[in-house]
Amino acid sequence: MGSLRQGRVVGPVVGVLWLLVVATAVAVAMSFATGAGFRPGLVGSVLIGVGVGAAAPVLRKGWALVLLAAAAALVLGLAGLGPVRADPEVTLMQRVAAAALLGAGAGLPISAMLRGMPAGAMTRHEFEEVVIRFLTGFGYLFFTAIVVIPFYVMVMTSLKSQQALMQNPLDFSIDLGRGTDLFRSYRELFQEFHFGRYLTTSFVISVLTVAITLLVSVPGAYAVARLRFRGRTALSRSILLIYMVPMIVVALPIYIAFSMTGLRNSLFGLVLIYPVTTIPVSLYMLQGYFRGLPAEVEEAGLMDGLTRLQVIWKITLPLSLPALASVSLYVFMIAWNEFLLAFMLLDDPSKFTLTRGVAMLNSSEVPRQHLMAGAVIATLPIMALFLGLEKFMTRGLTAGAVKG
Amino acid sequence: MTEAIPPKGTGPLGRREARVAWGLLFPTVFSVAMVILLPLLSIFWISFKPIGLADLRAPVPVVREQIRGRPEAPGDIATVEYRLRNSSRDTVIDAVTLSDRWPPGVTVTGDLPDGCSLTGPVEAGQEFFCNFGTIEGGYNDRFKIDVTLGQAFFDWGGDPEDSEPVVTGRADHVLTNGEFTLENFARLFDGSEFWQVFGVTVIYTVFGTIGALVVGLFAALLLNNDFRGKGVLRGLYLFPYVAPVIAVAFTWVTLFDPTSGSANELLIRMGLTEGGINFFGTRPLALIMVIVFEVWRYFPLSFLFILARLQSIDADMYEAADMDGASPFQKFWYLSLPMLLGILSVLFLLRFIWTFNKFDDIFLLTGGSAGTRTLTVDVYEQAFAISNIGAGAAVAVVVFCCLLVFSIFFFRFISREEGL
Repeated sequence: MGSLRQGRVVGPVVGVLWLLVVATAVAVAMSFATGAGFRPGLVGSVLIGVGVGAAAPVLRKGWALVLLAAAAALVLGLAGLGPVRADPEVTLMQRVAAAALLGAGAGLPISAMLRGMPAGAMTRHEFEEVVIRFLTGFGYLFFTAIVVIPFYVMVMTSLKSQQALMQNPLDFSIDLGRGTDLFRSYRELFQEFHFGRYLTTSFVISVLTVAITLLVSVPGAYAVARLRFRGRTALSRSILLIYMVPMIVVALPIYIAFSMTGLRNSLFGLVLIYPVTTIPVSLYMLQGYFRGLPAEVEEAGLMDGLTRLQVIWKITLPLSLPALASVSLYVFMIAWNEFLLAFMLLDDPSKFTLTRGVAMLNSSEVPRQHLMAGAVIATLPIMALFLGLEKFMTRGLTAGAVKG
Repeated sequence: MTEAIPPKGTGPLGRREARVAWGLLFPTVFSVAMVILLPLLSIFWISFKPIGLADLRAPVPVVREQIRGRPEAPGDIATVEYRLRNSSRDTVIDAVTLSDRWPPGVTVTGDLPDGCSLTGPVEAGQEFFCNFGTIEGGYNDRFKIDVTLGQAFFDWGGDPEDSEPVVTGRADHVLTNGEFTLENFARLFDGSEFWQVFGVTVIYTVFGTIGALVVGLFAALLLNNDFRGKGVLRGLYLFPYVAPVIAVAFTWVTLFDPTSGSANELLIRMGLTEGGINFFGTRPLALIMVIVFEVWRYFPLSFLFILARLQSIDADMYEAADMDGASPFQKFWYLSLPMLLGILSVLFLLRFIWTFNKFDDIFLLTGGSAGTRTLTVDVYEQAFAISNIGAGAAVAVVVFCCLLVFSIFFFRFISREEGL
């Protein structure tokens, strides 16, 4: 093992491993971008990997490695041994683009990974440092790929025509010549499938859920956080327990009760149920925050003659606005994304929520791009909220995301 | 000066505080009791009931009235026909009565059916009333009454079918009667199917939880470094968790479609497979895919928790380790990991319970086919696909009992671990 921990061994090994990773990534990216067949080539990857890995400690400039790798990829590619092998119909431009991409993806990271590595024997620290850098690079690539690809596929599929999808499922390039016709699936969803109404319904229900949840859980959380009474610990324990009740077990009796009372197929019924699924989470998150607030300010308010409710309204709430924002966002997200209850309790297309509407699109009669367009419509608002208010959202997730 | 003695028991102030507390908590307690606890208890009741999806509506007597014949002048004859049926095929209805107000000028010429009577003057319109007693399930019969129509009927001029006959009856609802059965449970534990479902659930839960935890740990270690664009990446890596499950599940189904999915096309172009692979339709691949989806969707959650914990570890410890010459892996193994053990185990337990309870994901991806049916999906399948609510409830009871075991374990553990 010790004899293998040599810069001249580790460099090429890391180079080959990284080249295999990058070649696969470039092949997938190029396939998705052009719709043509690209596949990683073993011989080319090994050759370039060994070369770049061996050259890195000598050539300390990253751009030099990039040029080296790109040129080698191009030459080997033309010889039919490229690290990214393309189908015959691929144009020269695309081959050059693939080689350049591979060069950049191989040269810069490898030079960063092997920076400061001695050519001879390595200490344990140096060796592990290289391994960690390799894993880090791999991690970034891996996680970005697995997150981006599904969302990319979702958006691009929704912009394709049925014909183009059937012809080549790999081709995600957008035909800009279609102009506004690109958004045909969206237009049809809004015009023929009433998605405008579903959006409104989902929005109204989610906002109502947030409002009712806060209205109920703020006093409850305050009581648990501030007031002393018998059964307080037992109560906060059981709140956690409610988290763990499987929704499907509760949904079955609710379905029965709603069928018998005629509340099924009514949005009122949903508004009755949704807040209760979020109240325990919200109460748990809020009481944690309330505990962190100084009790002295509230006691001063009590001394000045405020009632408990006035204390909550005038002192506690203004102090906990950030927590309220986090809880609201989190509850909004749960209500917006809720699927099971909407699916079980709503049959009437005029009363669907957005998630129920998207579920309706999953049939063999509705083309695939409509389903994906529906998915995009359901995802976009929550993503916009998430990106705009990421700080609050992440805090809400960390505090309450035991649920999900 | 006497020694100060702390007060014992609860004084009036304390009692008042408790009253206020329960007052503030009342909406929460009430709503949770109505929507969560009541259904939970009722699931036990339902699981002992022989009830199908069609039995949800209480059986009722249904009646239709028809006038036969074409009366045109006073003295013409007609037939009043009542058709009475039981809406249920197998449930008896007791105390069935029918009452109807007849138009004026209608005189009975033939016999009245058994148990029926007419009261009131013919000129003003008579009250027709029948008492049929008990009718069997699937009962369906007609009663014909021959009548002649007098002048008053034509003076009145209305449509005799306008006045709806009123029927009443008292039927047992299967949910509220005293009939209980053990058949739901007997059938559940009888076949090998249940144990297979249980096994799938365990495999799904264990691998899904551990997978999400390990991948999340890896992601958290990645983002524990400081670099530009870290915030963007952190936001990006949360996408799978934040997006609606329905959107991402359908995207996966589209992506891995056996005939027109991009993943298959990619594999074929790369020469890795000959024909399309049915990712969500073959055993055991479907189960693996469902677990991969679970890991993909929930790694952000563990990553978020672990990252928060990682960042709260004191940097001094690492400096001390550096002084002692610890290598990067040693620092991870001997410093970070022990510090993370608490949050990891809390996450493991919570995620274990939640993965066990998961329904949406599998339901949307495979619908429980190809060996991916877990207990929660089985609840739905039994109750709605096979239309046997009692059997579904029996599975739900099993799920609930498993949950109880987990939560006892969880609270034992969490009282020791101040991780949450």
